Amino acid sequence: MYRYDEFDNQFVRERTRQFRDQADRRLKGDLTEDEFRPLRLMNGLYLQLHAYMLRVAIPYGTLSSRQMRQLALIAERWDKGYGHFTTRQNIQFNWIKLEDTADILDALADVEMHAIQTSGNCIRNVTTDHWAGAAADEIADPRPVGELLRQWSSLHPEFSYLPRKFKIAVTGAPNDRAAVKVHDIGLRLHRNEAGETGWEVIVGGGLGRTPMVGVTVRGFLPQHELIGYLEAIMRVYNLYGRRDNKYKARIKILVHEIGHDKFREEVEAEYASRPHPSTEVEERELKRIAAYFAPPAFENLPRWSPAFEEAKLSHPAFARWAKNNLGPHRVDGYAIVNISLKPEGGIPGDATAEQMRIMADLAERYSFDELRVSHAQNIVLPHVRKGDLFAIWQALEDAGLAAANYGLAGDIIACPGLDYCALATARSIPIAQSISRKFADSAKQDEIGRIKINISGCINACGHHHVGHIGILGLDKKGEEFYQITLGGSSAESASIGTILGPGFAGHEVADAIETILDTYLKHREPGEEFLGTYRRLGAKPFKEALYATA
Amino acid sequence: MPLLRNGAVVSDGWIDVSADGEVPTAGDVVLPASRLLADWPGLSERNGRLGVRLANTDRPEMFQALLPRLSLIVLPFPAFNDGRAYSIARKLREMGYAGELRATGNVLPDQMQFMLQVGFNSFEIGDRFPIEMWSRASRQMSLAYQRGLFRRDAESEIWTERHTDAEAWLEQPHAG
Amino acid sequence: MSAVEKGQLITANRLRDGNAVFLTTSGNWSESIDEAVLAVEPEAAAALEQRAREDERKTIVTGSYLVDAERRDGRVRAAHIRERMRALGPTVRTDLGKQAEGKGAFFAAPEGE
Repeated sequence: MYRYDEFDNQFVRERTRQFRDQADRRLKGDLTEDEFRPLRLMNGLYLQLHAYMLRVAIPYGTLSSRQMRQLALIAERWDKGYGHFTTRQNIQFNWIKLEDTADILDALADVEMHAIQTSGNCIRNVTTDHWAGAAADEIADPRPVGELLRQWSSLHPEFSYLPRKFKIAVTGAPNDRAAVKVHDIGLRLHRNEAGETGWEVIVGGGLGRTPMVGVTVRGFLPQHELIGYLEAIMRVYNLYGRRDNKYKARIKILVHEIGHDKFREEVEAEYASRPHPSTEVEERELKRIAAYFAPPAFENLPRWSPAFEEAKLSHPAFARWAKNNLGPHRVDGYAIVNISLKPEGGIPGDATAEQMRIMADLAERYSFDELRVSHAQNIVLPHVRKGDLFAIWQALEDAGLAAANYGLAGDIIACPGLDYCALATARSIPIAQSISRKFADSAKQDEIGRIKINISGCINACGHHHVGHIGILGLDKKGEEFYQITLGGSSAESASIGTILGPGFAGHEVADAIETILDTYLKHREPGEEFLGTYRRLGAKPFKEALYATA
Repeated sequence: MPLLRNGAVVSDGWIDVSADGEVPTAGDVVLPASRLLADWPGLSERNGRLGVRLANTDRPEMFQALLPRLSLIVLPFPAFNDGRAYSIARKLREMGYAGELRATGNVLPDQMQFMLQVGFNSFEIGDRFPIEMWSRASRQMSLAYQRGLFRRDAESEIWTERHTDAEAWLEQPHAG
Repeated sequence: MSAVEKGQLITANRLRDGNAVFLTTSGNWSESIDEAVLAVEPEAAAALEQRAREDERKTIVTGSYLVDAERRDGRVRAAHIRERMRALGPTVRTDLGKQAEGKGAFFAAPEGE
């Protein structure tokens, strides 16, 4: 994975020093809150319900054991002993003090991390496929380009005061695990008949108040044109994105309001009119970065691991975990381990400092010292020998990290909601907990199979409910918490926005409603058909009838 | 309104002319964009330098033909978080504008370095912050990743520094 | 018979540490909502806002706003679940926040399920 050179190190140190100065001036009263707010947001510091929240960037969801241990230290020293992994592959600390923040940023810089641009109206963390570099279906690892774009977008002088936040996602696989179609810019790698790779550029996807699937503006952009082309898109957005209404300020609204064709024209005109200097330096930089993402020294192993097979036979619980929580690795004899941070009745995506250290140790010992954060708020060990899986599972069991529910009904994605977030209209975590408890039975979860349940505590949709197979949106009805259910969303390559099923539910009714929906699915599904398939085949009707049938 | 240029407060010798005001026959005048376009090319024949006040909704391409005759362009920042002028400034520089590019409105010391990087070289600052603060803020980052920006202060371009010397690049350590 | 006083209080976040606090009669900011001063008349509420804005200028607090609330037998209940939670802490971690530090509000959030 990428390692900072002296330039990267100096950059984050200077940025930290700059923030320390800004925070000091704020505390002294030399800056008003209105002046300070964009500055602190550009360093990931939010003011929330109970305290400040710091969102630390985990670029393209990749981190080392050393970095994970430092996050554990930060949790203990400056927070309350835990952190929350997010749907954009970052980590959040919920109990931060403004006066400590510069010290925390220094501690992050010590391990080549930062909180730059994890908030604010600027380009945010570039996210990617959490199985990048390991997945069997991958064309090429997208993370070198993720790193290139991270650098390009860091403190970009032209694009730091955009109409609104800007989110970019990159994927190198045909099965899109990075949700590129619902990002402001999504980049999808393709290979043409000549064997060359190029980028499909998708613009104007997004969730929130007006969810939309993005539109392709270029089908096959050569790599060396990528930065210039992105700058053209960003400039069109910066100049013409709406600034009169916070809820209409994303690029998706611009694309929608002026129309796809006009938008494409504007971008192409801007791209054509700008200077096109040699991109040799950018190409060399990408090569330099790519060397850090060279595959680790995989052993030459047989596909079949006798030790692994034996352990499954003698330990049914391990066998179940192996069935649900492993991903197919492109190298024989290896597997991708998905650690679920969704224990039964637990808080989705939270991990204690101790758990972080255990995962760090496992990564160091068994996964070439690399971890990933997934969009489902879970942790991935990307490169594990099958023969080591049993030992890992045992360690996870001891740490309360062995929930065998990856991708199942228990693997619920939920934003922090009103328990933490000042923007929320309702709580989301207790809803997740109630659903988790209702589907605690492992046989039931296995029977239901792969399902994405996403919960957002407000219209900002940080829980990505629009693209959940089952989405739950927390609202406020006359001061009471109230939940609307959507069905049929998907963030994969055939992306779709979920449709509202009908009238909403009180908090204590939601888990039953989900059960009714899933029972309906089980009743109607064809052999081997997953939930999304059944919904797309039958539509909302059977689910509506089951849910809203009068007694 | 104090004017900051090259780290020092300078006096503003420009005469501000309103949309329907009389344009003096000599001296440096700065006009609103609508007036400049309406009275072009007549204005190009007068003595004295010409300047224009753009709105941050004006399209820089409309002024392409006028750029060689302009010595001052003033761009506004109506609010701290309204970043349109950053793009307009950089676009004007890309179009070849070589004169003074002045920032006005809600300008904080913390934004000055970005403004310099996109090509601004003078700033209408209030009296809220001492001059040293402006100078200090304009130098807080000594490095930048982006290439091809328009600097007056010398931040190093990281990518350029990394790849200036081809041999040095080939020798760089490649981590696994 | 319990006396119920209805009015508005001011809440904000303390600038240094971000803690949710409430403006009290003495003009200080307390983490305990029961100590909040309740403005019954609109003019009094406007005066509270004014005081809060001054304290924002003095870098004591930030993000102040008025909240409907009532006082019953010396305990303050905020009208909306959000502010009842500000006075308690996260409902899903009752070991954290004011509720765990002896400063928690009397009225639960949510209520009566």
